[in-house]
Amino acid sequence: MTDLETQVLIIGGGATGTGLARDLALRGVQCILVEKEDINAGASGGNHGLLHSGARYVSNDPVSAEECRSEANLLRQLAPQCIENTGGLFVGVEGDDENYIADFPLLCSKCGIPIQEISREEAFDREPGISEKLIAAYLTEDGAIDPFKLSLENLAQAQSLGCIFLQHVKVIGFEIRKNRVETVHVLDTESGQQRLIKIDQVVNASGVWAAEVAALANIPIKMLYSKGSLLVTAHRLSHQVINRLRPPSDGDILVPGGTVSILGTTSVRVHSLDNVRPTVEEVDLIVDELAEVVPGLQEARYVRAYSGVRPLIQAQKSGDDRAVSRGFTVFDHTHDGLENFTTITGGKLTTYRLMAEKAADLVCKKIGISSPCLTLTEPLASVKKGKWTEPGLSPRVWLKEHASRKPILCECEMIPEDIIDDIVETIRNENGTSSFKAVAARSRMGKGLCQGTVCGMRVTSHLYEQGILHSDQGLVNIKEFLGERWKGERTVLWGEQLIQAGFKEALYCGLLDLEL
Amino acid sequence: MVIGMPNLDPLKCDLLVIGRGMAGMAAALFAANRGLSTVQVGMTGEIVFASGLLDLMGVYPIEEKKVWQDPWAAIDSVVGDLPDHPYAHLTKDEINASFVEVLSFLQKEGLTYCREEKYNSRMINPWGKTKVTYCVPKSMWSGVKALPKKPPCLIAGFRGLSDFSARQIVETLRHQWPKLRAAQIPFPDTSHVKEIFTGDILAQSLELSINRKKLIESLRKRVKDAEVIGLPAVLGMHHTDEIISELEEQIGVPVFEIPTPPVSVPGLRLNEAFIRGLSAKGVKQFPQNQVVKIRRVKGEEFVAIIGHKPVQHTLLTKGIILASGRFWGRGLYADRHRIRETIFDLPVYQPENRDKWHSDDLLESGGHAINLAGVEIDHLFRPLDSSGHPLFHTLFAAGSILAHHDWMRMKCGSGVSIASAYGAVKASLRLA
Repeated sequence: MTDLETQVLIIGGGATGTGLARDLALRGVQCILVEKEDINAGASGGNHGLLHSGARYVSNDPVSAEECRSEANLLRQLAPQCIENTGGLFVGVEGDDENYIADFPLLCSKCGIPIQEISREEAFDREPGISEKLIAAYLTEDGAIDPFKLSLENLAQAQSLGCIFLQHVKVIGFEIRKNRVETVHVLDTESGQQRLIKIDQVVNASGVWAAEVAALANIPIKMLYSKGSLLVTAHRLSHQVINRLRPPSDGDILVPGGTVSILGTTSVRVHSLDNVRPTVEEVDLIVDELAEVVPGLQEARYVRAYSGVRPLIQAQKSGDDRAVSRGFTVFDHTHDGLENFTTITGGKLTTYRLMAEKAADLVCKKIGISSPCLTLTEPLASVKKGKWTEPGLSPRVWLKEHASRKPILCECEMIPEDIIDDIVETIRNENGTSSFKAVAARSRMGKGLCQGTVCGMRVTSHLYEQGILHSDQGLVNIKEFLGERWKGERTVLWGEQLIQAGFKEALYCGLLDLEL
Repeated sequence: MVIGMPNLDPLKCDLLVIGRGMAGMAAALFAANRGLSTVQVGMTGEIVFASGLLDLMGVYPIEEKKVWQDPWAAIDSVVGDLPDHPYAHLTKDEINASFVEVLSFLQKEGLTYCREEKYNSRMINPWGKTKVTYCVPKSMWSGVKALPKKPPCLIAGFRGLSDFSARQIVETLRHQWPKLRAAQIPFPDTSHVKEIFTGDILAQSLELSINRKKLIESLRKRVKDAEVIGLPAVLGMHHTDEIISELEEQIGVPVFEIPTPPVSVPGLRLNEAFIRGLSAKGVKQFPQNQVVKIRRVKGEEFVAIIGHKPVQHTLLTKGIILASGRFWGRGLYADRHRIRETIFDLPVYQPENRDKWHSDDLLESGGHAINLAGVEIDHLFRPLDSSGHPLFHTLFAAGSILAHHDWMRMKCGSGVSIASAYGAVKASLRLA
């Protein structure tokens, strides 16, 4: 078994970790990124996909509001391929706090966030779905961002500059000598192999797992875990991001994401990171709250729900988790007696680049490198890797290149055979195994109306015919894939989607006997 | 029939069967065989999604995943524990008689089924697992016979039929059956098509002898030491048994079909056989039509309005069998808060709230509570009101809409549909 050696070991393949890998690679620092599951397996994958204008935080967290504003502006210039500039609309309806509505413009201007009041008529013109009970409407600069594409592209550029990415590799221990971590013990969770990585610096960018990782080095970090759940509609229901015009609360943002809309969120304190999933109660709450501004949401068809856990740094006061800052924290653990160990956590998707920059600045200072941060000016290179996560891209390409294309394996999202082959090849190059879950993370597979019913069968068969699956691996894979889809489906099964789920069960249990 | 308004001079019948799935088809058959004038209405049923296998009773208790070789003993066991299971309203003789009647009807319509009367049979499913079922189309029977002996066997799939992978079956099953071998062959006469084929296209194409010749040639080259050949269930739409005989004669080994995921050809064959045979027996069928309005008139008769404007029919019937299925068949519909029966708004037995409908795992062996939801009946298959009395003297229910069974996990779908249809028709005769 080979041991590895690197200047910087980054722990965690979410937005921050991949962003940090790119930042350090651009500064010429050699690094290894280890991820215990797959890209964006934590909060980076379980969020709204919202590029915050900052307007949401003006009342309770002005620091975050300003960070969001400036970072969103940067990302719009530097990573436009990951962003849809939808614009945002803050809508107040009868019954909302009129004092808050009255204060909103001033609060925004204090944070330098541009907004524009619009008339009732213009609001209905822009978004015909909003409620007749509208009493105030403001335009903002909110947008939609594809977090998977973002992380995949950050990673791709880092790799092209020499960063090594190891997925399904978990940190299990630190060897510490004289106030320094010298070696990190890691475990490949698929092969069961252990490895040692000799390091100069460690950055713990494991998001919600930051306290667990730090604990392996006997460093205490106090964190709060706040679960947020979100719902995905079958169709896109608005042109713009629609926010309820009120202090941050449950179920107040509707974000368009390509061909769908995403509704959220909730804030539920959880004490364990295992088995985090949305509940029926949360789903009903989100639908009812957002239907106050977009009444059609009561009748809409939902395809799934999902949850992410926000890593919040424990503040002095207790109470509502929404009162805890959404800002981020860089811990220099020199103060805890470990001079080459840094933790970066908290924050938001919108501010991931800034978080990476701050962590990289600290690490570079420690190793005596003075190169400036280039992510402030360097556009994020658009590579092929992340492209199949974009809703609607696959059908467009398929229609355009129909004649040369292979058969469609996923009919909901129109993914042909050769796109699946392409993704499988990409995963192989990332040293990963082509599990269904990995293919699904890199494409729209399983994300359409049938939630994996048809593509689950066809992709399994296809991968067998290609010689990629052997023995009973197909059964293992499909169970994992269906289990993952089901987590999202279970709470939104009524109406048409319940009928769809019944068909899925009839197929996989009734005919294929997978439950036996 | 009139355009624009319901007919003033309505159609009249003894029995209206609502539903065109297995239960609806079986009910129409039993009624016609007993001389009842019968009208059948409904959308295309789940039957075209059926695998073609007819389950009777396979697994119980489902939590223990106990698979029964003797379905009749399994029925005793389930009825003993669950006194509301649909089988509890029937004797085993009645259940057997219902199967005999359906199987002999299907045989006359050219669709022969095989069974070990007293026992379940085991066969290969399209994922290389082995599956317990009761009646098997004759086209699949050589597969049932081969499974315990495990001779050298070739499983062949067709390029482009992407729901079926021979290699997948062989890879999954090889540890039990080492002499299995896989081949993927081009389907005759489809080289110009790039799309995925569906089974029905292939089945139609094999009705032509020129395509069969090409298939035979291709299989001859690959048969080698194989003593039996398994193919996806696409061997013709109307003349399957003859086609298989031809293949067997020319290749020299037995050939069997393996069911495919839906839309499956054996399901289409069943559907067609029923439509053809019921029509010959004088059942008046209104396919792709729904009952839009129903009310009871003088005494025990019902008036039903069938179809949507501008073409509607009015029907006066003495009795009704509700075989409208579950959610997929739209006999039941759920909003965010509760489950409703869609035609009569009958009381539906159901879990107390949506959080209890489904388990945390799709493949939960104990099943989902919602699977037991449905219409509760008396021993004469009549839906009950909330106080436990039959709602109407001559309204009956049959098939998957019935509460207290989980056909997917108990492997009792066709059996419950056929037997409850039998029970409902018999009850309607008794009460007529």
